[in-house]
Amino acid sequence: MNGAHQAHCHPCGWTSPRSARDSIENVQLPHPRGALGAHLTTLLRTDPRTAATIDDAPTADNPDDAALSLWMLHELHYRGFDDVSDRWEWHPATLTTRARLEAALEARLRVEIADAAIPRTDDLVDDLQTIIESDDGRSLARHVQQHASREETEALLRQRSIYHLKEADPTSWVVPRLPARPKAALLEVQFDEYGNGDPARLHHVLFEQGLSAAGLDAAYGAYVDEALPEVLDQNNVLSMFGLHRRLRGAALGHLAAFEATSSVPSRQLAQGLRRLDFPEAMASYYDEHVAADAVHEQLALRDICQTLVAAEPALADDVRFGVWACLTLENRTATALLEEWAA
Amino acid sequence: MSEPAASRPDITFCPGGPMLVRGRVVIEDEDGEQHTSTRPVSAVCRCGKSALAPWCDGTHKLLPGWR
Repeated sequence: MNGAHQAHCHPCGWTSPRSARDSIENVQLPHPRGALGAHLTTLLRTDPRTAATIDDAPTADNPDDAALSLWMLHELHYRGFDDVSDRWEWHPATLTTRARLEAALEARLRVEIADAAIPRTDDLVDDLQTIIESDDGRSLARHVQQHASREETEALLRQRSIYHLKEADPTSWVVPRLPARPKAALLEVQFDEYGNGDPARLHHVLFEQGLSAAGLDAAYGAYVDEALPEVLDQNNVLSMFGLHRRLRGAALGHLAAFEATSSVPSRQLAQGLRRLDFPEAMASYYDEHVAADAVHEQLALRDICQTLVAAEPALADDVRFGVWACLTLENRTATALLEEWAA
Repeated sequence: MSEPAASRPDITFCPGGPMLVRGRVVIEDEDGEQHTSTRPVSAVCRCGKSALAPWCDGTHKLLPGWR
């Protein structure tokens, strides 16, 4: 791993702002939650160049073990781990286990959506908006806005950190798999997510700054050991959609649902954070998303999903699948947290 | 595989939603105050209810029969 912590000095004398991290900090492997996780954390610390190409990984003990194991295997494609060789990313043994876990996750979701009422008309954008509007899941944002304690809100931020510290990254995998129109529009969204060229305005850097200001640990992956299985599922589905070209329609449907359910909740979260006297850096992360996602929602629905399906009509159902999966998995996280808080 | 290149509009009216504007724009509101866009694509409020006016904040979706 890159352990360079010195300031990045450009030949022209430009020095990067300290607020935007230039170095990839060390990420530790999480504590396993069952037999498969224990097997993987041991395997990943060995040398992949001498490891067998066929792995005798055990089956997961429970859904929690499966979810954390898949999260670990996906993470090899993002930043890797401190004491894990980067060569494991494309090793047949890890890929085989990853494929097995992904197949089970996708199959579970495909079975569930078969029982959901999904509109399938000729108007894709209208269908997607109908799915989004008819979602009646409980809202974490409204709870934070009105009732949540500081402890509950910090717990939510720690759960959110699993994704927000790599915000937008899973969707970047999709870019080279797209025709021209959705590709150009997706890049408009991603460029905005990545701060429009300003490293200090990158959305995941804004979240980092908010966490630090709030006295929380902003290190990548710091809170994965307390991540709920529902949160790991959300992250795993995003990574799976992003990493598989076959699932590009689902990845972009997920993006549309995520952006279309962000502006209003972000405003509620910002209000809640100010009600609880969180620092401005944390609240303003959500302010940014009120305005940004009002734009991204329109781009994702019309300029990305609609143009993708115009070019590749066979992907329409997977776009709907991605929308449904995003909403369904967020609802599970909300239910789990609100029940834990008896809210 | 590439579809015919369609010219990309600078301004798009989103059905039931905001007006998307590409590029840097300066908007003068009813009170004469100027607002400069800060992102490559901006959403300008068309429902009149945004708390971030002139920019869209998604409030139109809370209005009955918005689409």
